[in-house]
Amino acid sequence: MLHLVLFFIFAAVCVAGAINLLAQRHPISSALSLIVVMGSLAVLYLLLGAEFVAAVQIIIYAGAIMVLFVFVIMLLNAGEEEHGIASRVATFGGLPAVGVLVALVIYSLTHQSGSGAAATLAIGGSGGSTRDIATLLFSKFLLPFEVTSVLILIAIMGAVVLARRGDR
Amino acid sequence: MLNYIIIATLKSLIVIHILLGAVAYTVWLERKLVGRIQNRWGPTRVGWFGLLQPIADGVKFILKEDLTPPYVHKGLFVLAPLLAVVMALTSIAVIPFGDLIHIGSLSTGLQITSGPVADGRVGDINIGVLLLLGITSLAVYGIALAGWSSNSKYSLLGSLRASAQMVSYELSLGLSLVGVLMLSGSLSLREIVERQQQHGWNIANGGWQILGFFVYLIAAYAETNRIPFDLPEAETELVAGYHTEYSAMKFAMFFMAEYANMVTVASVATLLFFGGWDGPLFGPPIVQALLPIFWFVLKVFGFIFIYIWVRGTLPRFRYDQLMAFGWKVLLPLAIANILITGLVLSLRSS
Repeated sequence: MLHLVLFFIFAAVCVAGAINLLAQRHPISSALSLIVVMGSLAVLYLLLGAEFVAAVQIIIYAGAIMVLFVFVIMLLNAGEEEHGIASRVATFGGLPAVGVLVALVIYSLTHQSGSGAAATLAIGGSGGSTRDIATLLFSKFLLPFEVTSVLILIAIMGAVVLARRGDR
Repeated sequence: MLNYIIIATLKSLIVIHILLGAVAYTVWLERKLVGRIQNRWGPTRVGWFGLLQPIADGVKFILKEDLTPPYVHKGLFVLAPLLAVVMALTSIAVIPFGDLIHIGSLSTGLQITSGPVADGRVGDINIGVLLLLGITSLAVYGIALAGWSSNSKYSLLGSLRASAQMVSYELSLGLSLVGVLMLSGSLSLREIVERQQQHGWNIANGGWQILGFFVYLIAAYAETNRIPFDLPEAETELVAGYHTEYSAMKFAMFFMAEYANMVTVASVATLLFFGGWDGPLFGPPIVQALLPIFWFVLKVFGFIFIYIWVRGTLPRFRYDQLMAFGWKVLLPLAIANILITGLVLSLRSS
């Protein structure tokens, strides 16, 4: 019961934030709406029992990445966006596309193939605790995990090389 | 469910009021101690030892004129101090102050987010530490938006400094805790304390996390924007940094947020490194029930005392020194601590 109430509150906040993100014309307002979306997504993960994913969503997306966004917007002092031809095209093309997408999602949810029992899962039954994720990462998915960390290392080194180019 | 909501609401009300009281009297303590360090008396006029000074200050802040300068971004100008204070007060929710409390037939954990009690053990969310780090990382927004929305160059410079500083030191802060997490194998603050009750405190024979503790302490000073890392509000160069344009209650909110963050950081240091509410128990049952809370508060008070002591004695860093120190000294030290702890743990288990 409480889960359901919280789900609808935060789902509504999430969608409202996403719409506000598109409607606002100032980059800072859009960035802040995106933070609201990230935060309410984290609450939805928490409601599903995926504690670790929820915390990481807050720390990495709402905390680290969006701070950089806001930082850059502040540093460049970006002003309000102007409506151009491209934005008009996006409005006329985007709204019908959203309608089609929503219709597709509703259709696929209501006409799900397979038995109904398989589609529902107890909250927290999918194993989202920190221990579960760590066990999976360091046993079954060890190679992809390590390869990803090497990829991130390469990206960091690339950033350092690009930043130091001015020295020579 | 209704029962649960009522208990949680009551707990939140009590804890937040105690926290706000602690914040007010930390300000008083700071003025008193810094005064004594500088060979002055500090507040003496209002009440005995100036003990009513926080109340006088509160009344003053409420009665002062609340200025909103022209050309500020109005919405964000109001939102920024709110964000700062809300984030600072939210993080206290996951902190356990003691083990259990029995009121009549009801027993509940001394923590806002404590779970149901079973077999004398209190349930706890298993992401307490991560949640704290997450809220800390969100606390940047209050300061960053305050500076930007003020439309003043001092404020903007202050908030740019604050964002860069807090993002940089957050890394060392998070990594310095990993040693403790490896030792206890849990992200629940309650379980970390319970392990220390059995095996000794993490700073001492529980794991010798001395390096991790010092990295945490220094990074925590930077995260709360305190001297020697108070560059976001360096008054000699930036007037007052990010809160230059703020007055009255909005200014007081930043002030409250800073001191509430100090209390939280001190509580985390106590829980993770100094055994939380662990301490000798003696005397009649009522004293035994209250002693854990006393030990916890005493340790937190110790950390706040050190905070104020450092403020009274150390000068401010230069900005490039601050950044170099964070990235070139603290971060490698934090990583070294993880490696050493991991090595020792794996050697011991094999």
